[in-house]
Amino acid sequence: MAPADLPGMAADHPGPDDALRGDQMVLNMGPSHPSTHGVLRLVVTLDGETVKAVRPYVGYLHRGMEKIAEGMTYNQFIPYTDRMDYLAPLSTNVGYIMAVEKLMGITVPPRAQVIRVMCCELARISAHLLWLGTGALDLGAATVFFHTFREREALYNIIESLTGGRLTTSYPRVGGLCRDIPDGWVRLVHNFVNDFPKVLDELDALLTGNTIWLKRTQKVGVITAADAVALGVTGPNLRGCGIPYDVRKTEPYLGYENYDFDVPIGSKGDVFDRYLVRLEEMRQSVHILDQALRNIPEGPINIDDPKVVLPPKDTVLQKMEELIQQFMIVTEGFKAPEGAIYHAIEAPKGELGFYIRSTGDKSPYRLHIRAPSFISLQAIEKMAVGGLVSDLIAIIASLDPVMGEVDR
Amino acid sequence: MAAGPYIEPNPPREVIAKVRERHPGAVVAVEEFRGEITLVLDRTRLVEVAQALRDDQDLPFSMLTACAGLHFLEGKYEHEVVYVLYSLAKNRRINLKVRLEPGEGVQSVTSVWAGADWLEREQYDLVGVRFEGHPDLRRIIMPEDYPDHPLRKDFDVEGGPVSLDPGGRPASPGWRDMEHA
Repeated sequence: MAPADLPGMAADHPGPDDALRGDQMVLNMGPSHPSTHGVLRLVVTLDGETVKAVRPYVGYLHRGMEKIAEGMTYNQFIPYTDRMDYLAPLSTNVGYIMAVEKLMGITVPPRAQVIRVMCCELARISAHLLWLGTGALDLGAATVFFHTFREREALYNIIESLTGGRLTTSYPRVGGLCRDIPDGWVRLVHNFVNDFPKVLDELDALLTGNTIWLKRTQKVGVITAADAVALGVTGPNLRGCGIPYDVRKTEPYLGYENYDFDVPIGSKGDVFDRYLVRLEEMRQSVHILDQALRNIPEGPINIDDPKVVLPPKDTVLQKMEELIQQFMIVTEGFKAPEGAIYHAIEAPKGELGFYIRSTGDKSPYRLHIRAPSFISLQAIEKMAVGGLVSDLIAIIASLDPVMGEVDR
Repeated sequence: MAAGPYIEPNPPREVIAKVRERHPGAVVAVEEFRGEITLVLDRTRLVEVAQALRDDQDLPFSMLTACAGLHFLEGKYEHEVVYVLYSLAKNRRINLKVRLEPGEGVQSVTSVWAGADWLEREQYDLVGVRFEGHPDLRRIIMPEDYPDHPLRKDFDVEGGPVSLDPGGRPASPGWRDMEHA
């Protein structure tokens, strides 16, 4: 059969060679796909196996958190922040609370600051472990997944004994924390800090020198530093390009300037560099935890402001004044001064910022969440176009998006 | 460990004078709160000032960190758009703000920072701000056929019939619809 007779072929195709020339194919990936780590939908234009264009579609997990925040008091919104970056809820909790405290002009006591730092670093290790396990699983290295989940179990036990919840922590409150650390908790963290580096070395040995892993990750999904900055990419994805931007160093909060830790950076901006950066970040987090464990100061965990912080339960049950305070804070909340602030912390995924506009009421007039995953996802097109479709899987994993945060 | 929880109040005040000098009439007002400077700009001069701030040799605001739109029911202005800029080289932040009267749009800053693309799409989608000159102003979070902008202050969170398009579907099927079922 002549090429022109084939179905779908135009008659102006000159020779038999052109019959083999396929058209571009549009492939829909997601929103339910094992490698998209949530409900991310990509519409990929392919020429053979080469990616010609990627169009991400997000919003499948949208719950309207920014709108919900406008209708409740500042403390009532804390449980919603658990459900943003659900791989590191403690970190998101702290990020939100810090923004409200900046609006209120509150500085929490040293003990609460150190505990919050430990929360953030535990969350970072937990989030990076999940990224490592699932990212390696996507590229066929299933063993790593089981090792990382064993360690995450230990972390979840630590988080559970501190907050009472494994996933939905809702631990900090405006002005401090909802409860002090329980007996024996320091010992739990201490054991983890002692054991975890060995496990990390094993994971490192499983992947870093592995030829298959190197071939799948090196020179894949490259983004230049200039492009990453223009797109606003932050966190490990930006540091993989060689830019040492870490909010813990540039705008220290919670006393991060008193801890000794390094900000690891890559040089090439490929999947492998982002992998190395996150691996080293876990080591640095362990180092921070170790320092924090040695320096947990004594003292209160809440500020002394009866208009903001709930009174102790035993006084509520016995004293009239405290009972009224508790009633007022729970039912009416507290009022924040009029103004607008933006506050950012270094979450596991990057710069997590909250813009709060207050009109002096008990709830924000507008709460905007700068979700690092949302902004990192924009870079997918720069990274994936020109590569292979199988590399796209490695790229999504290396960007480490969490859709609860992207869609909010 | 007695450091405060928020950024050292070290706002780049020199930027205010510089912008005023280089772009006469562009700065409508300056706000300062909790160590943050917000330049309120004439909406027609936003891109010009943003471009100059990005390309400034002394204090290059190389990164657009966040973009937040606000909707108002009362007052002269219907929308405000706030841009949070960050200078990687000098570690400073500054906010830009434009105010829009009903029917007015704002020039898109996608030509200045490529990352403004999704940020502006999100604010268009949720708050209803029109970004003029945006290359691809589609909805991003809500479904494509969604009739409303849910972060507007007149949005009925209980799912009432606030459809801007009479032929469209209701904005959110809430408990009122359930009652009729």
